[in-house]
Amino acid sequence: MMAFLRLLARNRLALAGLIVIGVIVFLALITPLLPLADPDVTDTPNRFLPPLSEGALLGTDHLGRDLLSRLMWGTRLSLAMGLAAAIIAATIGSAIGIIAGYYGGRTDNLIMRGVDMLMAFPYILLALAIVAALGPGLMNALIAVAAVNVPFFARNIRGVTVGIAHKEFVDAARLAGMRDREIILSEVLPNVLPVIVIAMSTTVGWMILETAGLSFLGLGSQPPQADLGSMLGEARSALITNPHTSIVPGAMILIIVMGINLLGDGVRDALDPRLKSGALSRPMPATTVERHGAVPAAKTDSLLDIAQLRTEFRVRDRVYQAVGGVDLHVEKGECLGIIGESGSGKSVTALSVMGLVASPPGVITGGAVHFAGEDIIGAPYEKLRSLRGRRVAYIFQDPLATLHPLYKVGDQLIEAIQSHETVSHTAARTRAVDLLKSVRIPNAESRIDSYPYEMSGGMRQRVGIAMALANDPDVIIADEPTTALDVTVQAQILSVLSDLRRERGLAIIFITHDFGVVGQLCDRVAVMYAGQIVEEGPTEAVLRSPQHPYTARLIACVPTLGGGQRKLAAIPGLPPVVDHLPIGCAFAERCNKAQDLCRAKPVDLVTTGMTRKTRCLFPEVPVERSA
Amino acid sequence: MTGYILKRLLSAIPVLLGISVIVFLIMAMIPGDPATAILGSYATPENVEKLNRDLGLDQGLVPRYFIWLGNMLQGDFGRSFALNRPVLDEVLDRFGATLILAGTSFVMCSILGIAAGVISAARQYGFADKAITFVVLLGISIPSFFLGMMMILIFAVQLRWFPVSGMWPIYGDRNLWVLMDHLAMPAIALAVVATGVIARLARSAMLEVLRQDFIRTARAKGVHERRVIWRHALRAAMVSIIPILGIQAGFVLSGAVYIEMVFQWPGVGRMLVDAILKRDILLVQGGVVFIAACYVMFNIMVDVAQALLDPRIKT
Repeated sequence: MMAFLRLLARNRLALAGLIVIGVIVFLALITPLLPLADPDVTDTPNRFLPPLSEGALLGTDHLGRDLLSRLMWGTRLSLAMGLAAAIIAATIGSAIGIIAGYYGGRTDNLIMRGVDMLMAFPYILLALAIVAALGPGLMNALIAVAAVNVPFFARNIRGVTVGIAHKEFVDAARLAGMRDREIILSEVLPNVLPVIVIAMSTTVGWMILETAGLSFLGLGSQPPQADLGSMLGEARSALITNPHTSIVPGAMILIIVMGINLLGDGVRDALDPRLKSGALSRPMPATTVERHGAVPAAKTDSLLDIAQLRTEFRVRDRVYQAVGGVDLHVEKGECLGIIGESGSGKSVTALSVMGLVASPPGVITGGAVHFAGEDIIGAPYEKLRSLRGRRVAYIFQDPLATLHPLYKVGDQLIEAIQSHETVSHTAARTRAVDLLKSVRIPNAESRIDSYPYEMSGGMRQRVGIAMALANDPDVIIADEPTTALDVTVQAQILSVLSDLRRERGLAIIFITHDFGVVGQLCDRVAVMYAGQIVEEGPTEAVLRSPQHPYTARLIACVPTLGGGQRKLAAIPGLPPVVDHLPIGCAFAERCNKAQDLCRAKPVDLVTTGMTRKTRCLFPEVPVERSA
Repeated sequence: MTGYILKRLLSAIPVLLGISVIVFLIMAMIPGDPATAILGSYATPENVEKLNRDLGLDQGLVPRYFIWLGNMLQGDFGRSFALNRPVLDEVLDRFGATLILAGTSFVMCSILGIAAGVISAARQYGFADKAITFVVLLGISIPSFFLGMMMILIFAVQLRWFPVSGMWPIYGDRNLWVLMDHLAMPAIALAVVATGVIARLARSAMLEVLRQDFIRTARAKGVHERRVIWRHALRAAMVSIIPILGIQAGFVLSGAVYIEMVFQWPGVGRMLVDAILKRDILLVQGGVVFIAACYVMFNIMVDVAQALLDPRIKT
């Protein structure tokens, strides 16, 4: 509760709303004590006095009544009406909702059908019908507005109640022999109450507006008693000659409703956990780049060279170092595997290449990515866009989420082609069919008009691959493309990729957490842990004699076919949280060879032998240190 | 698709019956004698008795409902005593004007609201977003009747850009240009609140969609950001925006009552308010049932639009 209030106070607009409403409610409460003129005493000789007149601060209306006094009493009445309507609607609506939600079945069905009927009316029609039946008047308008809002509460509270009615504590109460009425009052109601109060606070502004509206139409408060709506309604005939009589009550309604809306928004935001975490931010077209210091040069003259790449996530006041200085490179026609547990930074590394890390919260803070000799980190958007898909293409995991659900796969392929080339729709379509054929989709001519949801997981992933191939790229970055697929489909997809690489001379960066897949496809492999590369080398050599203890443990996790039953060595513990990385080796906490030296200072990635690198002071296989 | 439309139309029948029952029950709450209410308090006892017999009002609630329903199905909504003409004729006459006003506003608030929401989301936390958010807050807080009055004061009286009120000038031609001149202010005043609500919901729908994986895919393909926003994201967001449009149509129709009063627009809303003040019960009853039925039909159209937009909905 205190945290909630503090959060609310931090939202300056909500605070302003709260203050405005507080002041108005306070003034409305003490109105009878204020030295105001009688709001109903007419004084026709002094009608339509302008504001700031002697004895009438806001002037007088068409009957010479003091506007300030009428405004205060009118505000009092409008607030009371709105609040009363909200309380009545909330009480009746919630009662209906709780009964429907608690009993369920036929009761629920019958009640909710009725509620749906009421909701089929534009709200004012119902209110007008009720006022027509009961006759114009303050109380009748109040009843009408309350009645119109009952369905809203009934529906919302029913939803919440259904969730609670099946919780264990309600079952327990039932087993304890409590009667339904007791359960509703002692178990359900206390849990639903906060929701009712919130729903009320968000609708009270509406109710004030609606009652004022009915009064404005002459169907609410009757003279001489006046709320803000009827003041405005009466002033309407003198709008052109004496606008101040209209502006005074109208502006008051505006201020009240705006105050309530500001406050309501603030409450809503304070209660929404997603807003706190920043998860409601939309990612920008390209990842934000904040590089300090010199840009590192490419270490190799490979097609793609990643040097000292650093990417972090900034969530509120926390910084998560997802990628902490990664060096990687891939040659034309080569397949590089990146392997690691979830959260090791392998995907973020891959997405950083083309600025596709969601930003906010992602920020690239250092390093360089040289593609064909040119650094593309922080390149202008148009430059980046022309590279994306055309020179460097991506294949993602879970193609159901990564393909647009509402466009046909053919249209998505055609779009990929037309984003980089001006070709006619028919020509692009022909190419799209060919692409589908090249990834061995049967009946490509008819499959091209399917929606993603009409295809199987394996077929969708082939579409994903076809899309990556659409512009004949130089590099394909495949981010766990087979993780969501079953083993046979996985094998097919891998063979498609492998063939394409041979036929087209593609460079592939293949991200996975599966050593089996790496062994089938990749020439070289880099092992990532906590945002760093801990070992790198030719796949065969690494698999045969891993140097880093982490790699060794990772390989030991893979069950071997026909190897008989043996104890699979799971790695104890969890990877470190990347906003609190240790100074020394990040794996030390889970490593059974770790010594004090490991934790004392950062461990460097050192070249071991001709082609291998490892980041360990006490490697599994003793190696000759050459760096 | 035809099957789907047919199915939705059939499912509207119980809703329409429910609406008629609700309206009938509300009208049955009228204290005292219904015939007196219909004829007004100056009716002679003979007339009251005769009307009660003619309308079957001397019978029980259930038979009365079926008589009323049967008459309505044959196009007989009763007779307005204040206007001395059939209710349906009067409602149909007035409905055209409301349709023009509410229809224009609805198109306006849909287009502007969605555009504002999309821009706001695409520029989240930027200047455009903050400006739109502020204007939207102002828009949803101002009572439409007050806004209409202020618009009259500024744009009609001070600046003389538009006529003060009415749908047609008393003298002179009745052409499209004249109509648009008269329509501009009421349509805008009516659209403001709904525009604000739609903009808000469109913004959050867009923010939700922009975080989805398929947006990243579109970007990874090299699709231009403009297209990512206005095609990929908006198309997916429309699935949750369309139902909101259906609800907002109801609010536009409701707001039309106030706007018609402020701008002296000769529509059903003003007709209903006048009828209530004159205790012209049959006119209110007929008008409410008629408009509610139209609204139900409109919502079926919204559902059909939704099904056309989202191929995943089984048709």
